[in-house]
Amino acid sequence: MTDVNNDRKETTSNLNIVEPDLNIEHSLYSELSSKFKDKVQLVYTKPNRIKVYVEPEHIIEVAFFLKSQLGLDHAESVCGTDYPNENVIEVIYHLNSYSHEELASIIFALSTKTDRNSSYLPSLLPVFKSVEYHERETYEMLGVYFQGHPRNERFLLPEDWADIPPLKKDFRIKGR
Amino acid sequence: MTNKYSESLERKIKETTKLGLDVVKEAAEDRLMTLSVGPQHPGSGHFRFTIKVDGDYIVYCDPDPGYVHRGEEKMCEYRNFIQNIPHLERPVIHDSTNITYSYSLAVEELLGIEVPRRGQFIRAIASELNRQVYTLYWLAIYGIFLGHSTMFMWPAGDRELFIDLLAALTGARVTHAFNIPGGVRNDMPEGFKEKCLEYINYFEKRLKEYEDIFYNNPLFRQRTENVGILPKEDAIDLGVTGSVLRASGVPHDVRKVEPYDVYNEIDFKVQYMKTCDSFARAYVPFLDMRESCNITRQLLDKMPESGEVRLKLQSNPKGLIGEAYKRVESGRGALSYYIVSDGSSKPYRVKISVGSFRNILALPHLLVGSHLGDMPSIYWALNYWPVEADR
Repeated sequence: MTDVNNDRKETTSNLNIVEPDLNIEHSLYSELSSKFKDKVQLVYTKPNRIKVYVEPEHIIEVAFFLKSQLGLDHAESVCGTDYPNENVIEVIYHLNSYSHEELASIIFALSTKTDRNSSYLPSLLPVFKSVEYHERETYEMLGVYFQGHPRNERFLLPEDWADIPPLKKDFRIKGR
Repeated sequence: MTNKYSESLERKIKETTKLGLDVVKEAAEDRLMTLSVGPQHPGSGHFRFTIKVDGDYIVYCDPDPGYVHRGEEKMCEYRNFIQNIPHLERPVIHDSTNITYSYSLAVEELLGIEVPRRGQFIRAIASELNRQVYTLYWLAIYGIFLGHSTMFMWPAGDRELFIDLLAALTGARVTHAFNIPGGVRNDMPEGFKEKCLEYINYFEKRLKEYEDIFYNNPLFRQRTENVGILPKEDAIDLGVTGSVLRASGVPHDVRKVEPYDVYNEIDFKVQYMKTCDSFARAYVPFLDMRESCNITRQLLDKMPESGEVRLKLQSNPKGLIGEAYKRVESGRGALSYYIVSDGSSKPYRVKISVGSFRNILALPHLLVGSHLGDMPSIYWALNYWPVEADR
């Protein structure tokens, strides 16, 4: 048992060493906020994770700055979440970097929100080629129309799908 | 005489070229033929893509996934954190330990718990063995679709070694449901370490034979070398992952860049190549298998002899309000979960981002402009698993 406890202490001390790494996350945000002032809002920073909220009208310039100046070169995923109580759909781009070694462990979550009943967002396809299928999936699963995306159409669902987008909260699985 | 003759000849040439141009222009649209590859075609898996060919050249490609879409993300919202495990491994049953690994990591962050050290090692060992199972299965399929039936038989046979090991460890051959938030379901059986080392030593000898019969085969090399070039810049831009990315010269492996659990104590090299072609995409998983034997040996060596493997949770744990994003390196690249919790016992939103879905973006990029005959070697080298991409 004593061995196990010692090992645990070691892992916690390792965690303590990891914590100063938050410098990278904070420096990413400070560079962003010095450029865009109050257009960007920090949601949280955790080890290797940072989340920033941007209004839809500024998202393209922020994304372009992230790619060209800070080196976040691709999107790992695009995720839409439905919040019926607040009447919004949140769309998050999880960005990461292959070309900058020090940023490879960071996941930068770029978040934006749109109205739930008329969901329109500018597409980030001109900035990140990698979002093409992810945005298409978000369109069919949550009904968020990406302006500027060439193909806002069915992707994974059946060809004869005639119901509301299934990941909206008011779509219920039958029998549940 | 000569003038008249040359004039008439000139006129004739003009007429024929004019005629010829029209014919060519008309035929350019007529010549295109639309082909549907899959979903029943044996060379595509449960996946369909439409291609247009001009003679032997592919000029257009449009992937159409979704034939095995199950709605995993929606299903997650109806079940609690523990009930989600068995159905989440269905998208890729050959790599079921890795697809539940990052889910468990994310849920652990939301529950605020830490896995006991021995549990972390057993997890990592199971995921390494399972990655071998997946890669061998993929290699078998790649072999048979390039017409090399020995390369179908051998990996399919050697895969049984790892399946036996995993069956001894977890109790099931393919769908293990082994990782759970808080650790692993059960401890190692007695004598597992010795058996595992014995099988790995045997398997490393077999890998040399694979290289001789398959990777050094001149026919295989001719069909894959300089075929389907994906330059480094394009690979980064398209956001591909796993062996496809590493074959384009980017040494990116989640186990290295963001070590989870005990991987920061393991000494290993990220395997990558710089030739960017189908051969590199087929050879990098092979190098990964060899390195994985190395990693498994170190894990078995460094594992504590005794201790807890699982942190006991209450029966229906409630998550903290917040979100978690965790990723692991699977057989097909980074596999990440984004989970939002509203404080109840069920996740509010689960997003699964898988390597297959990201890699398929490279398919139109690679196929357009290549020969129809190169299609199998390009498509299968993308390490694409249709069921996982559809979720």
